[in-house]
Amino acid sequence: MIPAAFEYRRAASVDEAVALLAEGGEDAKLLAGGHSLLPLMKLRLARPSLLVDIDRAAGMRHIDERDGTLAIGALARHQDLATSDLLRARCPLLAHAASLVGDPQVRHRGTAGGSVAHADPASDLCAVLRCLDARMVVQGPAGRRTVAAADFFVGFLESALGADEVLVEILVPVPAAGHGWSYQKFTRRAIDWAIVGVAAVVEPSPEGIARAAVGLVNMGPTPLRAAAVEAALRGAPRTAVAAAAASAPEGTEPAADIHADAEFRAQLATVLTRRALEEALSRC
Amino acid sequence: MSILGTRVLRTEDPRFLTQGGRYVDDVPLEGALHVVFVRSAVAHARLLSVDVEEARRAPGVVTVVTAADVDVPAQAPELPMVTTEMARPVLAAGTVRFVGEPVAAVVAESVAAAVDAAELVAVDYDPLPVVLDLEESARDEVLLFPELGTNVAMRLPFPPSEDLFDGCEVVVRGRFRNQRVAPGPMEPRATAARWSDGRLTVWSSTQQPHGTAAGMREALGLSAEQVRVIAPDVGGGFGAKDGKYPEDLVVAWLARRLERPVRWRETRSENLVGMGHGRGQLQEVRVGGSRDGRIAALRIDVLQDCGAYPSLGAFLPFLTRIMAAGVYAIPRVECTARSVVTNTTSTTAYRGAGRPEAAAAVERAVDLFATEIGMDPAEVRRVNLVPRDAFPYTTPVGTVYDSGDYPGALERLLEAADYAGLRAEQARRREGGGARQLGIGLSVYVEITNGVPGGEYAGLEVRVDGSAVVRSGTSPHGQGHATAWAMLASDRLGIPMERIEMVFNDTDLVRSGVGTFGSRSLQVGGMAVDQAAVVVLDRARRLLAELLEADPADVVVDASTGRLHVAGSPAAGRSWAELAAFAAERGEPLAADVDFQPQGATFPFGAHLALVEVDTETGAVVLRRLVAVDDAGRIVNPLLAEGQRHGGIAQGAAQALLEEVLYDADGNPVTSTFADYGMITAAELPSFELVPMETPTPLNELGVKGIGESGTIGAGPAVQNAVVDALAHLGVRHVDMPATPQRVWTALREARR
Repeated sequence: MIPAAFEYRRAASVDEAVALLAEGGEDAKLLAGGHSLLPLMKLRLARPSLLVDIDRAAGMRHIDERDGTLAIGALARHQDLATSDLLRARCPLLAHAASLVGDPQVRHRGTAGGSVAHADPASDLCAVLRCLDARMVVQGPAGRRTVAAADFFVGFLESALGADEVLVEILVPVPAAGHGWSYQKFTRRAIDWAIVGVAAVVEPSPEGIARAAVGLVNMGPTPLRAAAVEAALRGAPRTAVAAAAASAPEGTEPAADIHADAEFRAQLATVLTRRALEEALSRC
Repeated sequence: MSILGTRVLRTEDPRFLTQGGRYVDDVPLEGALHVVFVRSAVAHARLLSVDVEEARRAPGVVTVVTAADVDVPAQAPELPMVTTEMARPVLAAGTVRFVGEPVAAVVAESVAAAVDAAELVAVDYDPLPVVLDLEESARDEVLLFPELGTNVAMRLPFPPSEDLFDGCEVVVRGRFRNQRVAPGPMEPRATAARWSDGRLTVWSSTQQPHGTAAGMREALGLSAEQVRVIAPDVGGGFGAKDGKYPEDLVVAWLARRLERPVRWRETRSENLVGMGHGRGQLQEVRVGGSRDGRIAALRIDVLQDCGAYPSLGAFLPFLTRIMAAGVYAIPRVECTARSVVTNTTSTTAYRGAGRPEAAAAVERAVDLFATEIGMDPAEVRRVNLVPRDAFPYTTPVGTVYDSGDYPGALERLLEAADYAGLRAEQARRREGGGARQLGIGLSVYVEITNGVPGGEYAGLEVRVDGSAVVRSGTSPHGQGHATAWAMLASDRLGIPMERIEMVFNDTDLVRSGVGTFGSRSLQVGGMAVDQAAVVVLDRARRLLAELLEADPADVVVDASTGRLHVAGSPAAGRSWAELAAFAAERGEPLAADVDFQPQGATFPFGAHLALVEVDTETGAVVLRRLVAVDDAGRIVNPLLAEGQRHGGIAQGAAQALLEEVLYDADGNPVTSTFADYGMITAAELPSFELVPMETPTPLNELGVKGIGESGTIGAGPAVQNAVVDALAHLGVRHVDMPATPQRVWTALREARR
């Protein structure tokens, strides 16, 4: 459990990190909480030539609200999200999902930005942010740009982040007042990655459901939205939930592994989507 | 009042809590070199070449050795009935037979240098066909040792009686997989060795330092005086740490060859492929009887997975067979077994070792039978249990149970758990038809402790300052022997526990020893301490009698003052210090060495109930309650016994629900990290409900049996039976362990078809 040799540089700011990444080239990697990268390095599955440690860079651990948007610094710890009064009040789904990440050690060291940049389809936060229509603020040599979650996750452990770019901030539109939410995480053990997870946000209407957003964890190479479910529920009565949930696996490409085959994952997606929507509605 | 049976706090804990433990890897060894093993990346192949030249030239590397360099003989198991022809070379020679088999050893000035250099060793493999499946292995088509013409390493042949099930109204068959699991001790394997002045000192994370020393001696051709083995703190073993693995022997060989201290500590991933695995049986079970619930006949045919090289795992079916009748008075019981090699990690002892496999087979069979005849599983058990007045009881397979009260254990359990209430709640849930159904699982078990017969050594000496020192041949690694043995000595001698020094785990300091495994320690090692105390007390009595011109039989110990005196005249007594000084003056210290030999193995028993909630939509199983009656004879310290039960139950539940070592079709391990291997955590377990019960054994003076493995043996079948019970009304008759969501959901789907 000893990583291959690498060079280590500490960046005091995002600007410095961007410059160091540019210098380091393709084999340079950004280090924050280290809870995804370091295990891979210790197993020698990742062999970066240069680690740019951004963990102590200033001004990247905030969680605040600006003009109806929640702004989360990339270095905010999962624990920061889980215990944030602001998130608990304005976007409880995100705080709750963060409280279920890994174990207490992971939550205290691992960062929201690291989780997003790692782009693991089994990650809780990635699918939840996809469900919430989050946007990622990214800084590179050419300055800053903003990428929608829908465009950010491009493949298995692959994001739109360039090799010389740093994820700086996550922007989450505050869900509509009166919305209901749920996060259903299905694991073998409390500390495990989700075999399948479902995040749901429901905006009620007097007739039933105005709009629903459903994010799927581990149902394909990237975090996904259950588009067919969402379409079926737009303007639908509450009783439409069970039938709509049955289309949760539509358009997904779940993998088979030692925990579940693809068919079972599809079953889980259906059941958990129904339960997530029911729980979300119960909170409206 | 006797201290025995009271909840004395562990005397080991203050040091662990305030200073921390000292494990092999913490032992300071100036100038020590570090060993890293290059392991086979292929499950079965001829080794065309192992090129170590580049690695030898790497920075910090002292040497790199392969099979050609190391003159340690291949290791064959010394076990009854197990072949010695499938011996394991300490480094793979010519052929690799499992992923993880050591091929070369890199020795360097630092671990980092050794790890880097290990990547430079170029191994050229010529792949051979791989055999993983037990039935396929038994067909002897793909052979691991072609020169032998068979994969079978051990046979327990008992020709099937054709009339075994004659007269049975009902015969039910089952096919159960008792899956391969990983012991997973918190401290992985670790060994350090130093050769100096013609003598080898080995620090080993072992459960049996004397056995490790014997293994080292034999492998390296050394005399008894030339080998010292020290087991510092050991972070768990669960049966799988004998300190004689090929890696251990290579480390010791290197220390001698290089004349420099050498140390090795494996990584977690190495541990999950390099340390022996537990279980690994495929069981074909038939049970027959009448519709009134009486079981007339039981047959179990076992196919045991040895892994690539037969080790203790090959022998496990022997222990399974010994316990094949379980707690039931079944007139006809048969058990056969074959142990076969496969291209996987070798199997070895793991908490229960052969007996959990027996209990699982018997208890699943009883439930299948109960379901078939439509009788409550508690009632079927009641009808068939060996009656309490039948002991000593000889089973149809020839095992003699010393003592027990199985009906008593079951009734206590049913009452403590409110069995009738649980069944009523289950019926309500079933009627409600919701997704989450309740399952109630029972197991009534009996097991054998100190089953591989052997005695144990203890030495006890009272020093001239009135303190005592106890040397024990057991090898505690978490069990609390220091506490329990001091209690035993103190109870006999009246010397306070804090004035009794305990010495274990060093072959220079403890004359002989067998070690700690198979739940043996208290009934032999504790008994040896007790008997040594009896001998010392007897000598002290005679001394005092001589001094006071009294009858030795009249001398008593006053535990409150730590003095001996003639009954009725406390003023004229002597302290232990005075007596020890007097004895020393006469050149006969107040000391005794005892090699205790037990009259026989003992048979702890009990009954467990598991309550599970199964989500019929997702297959998820949650263990809600685990109620356990475990009777291991007289209990010396309930706190220690409960600790053993807690850990044992957790590991039993873990096998039933979560844990399984898996390989892909090519024999690559896919559970070689704790992210993939589902080792259970506290979050998956309820608080256990422990019901006390003590039925002393007549086989030793203390009346004690072993309790280290009871929890595992009882809990596994109870939890597995509970999962099946939750789904029984939906047509499910069996779910193999571990009852993963995928497996439960698949079983439900198949039952609905």
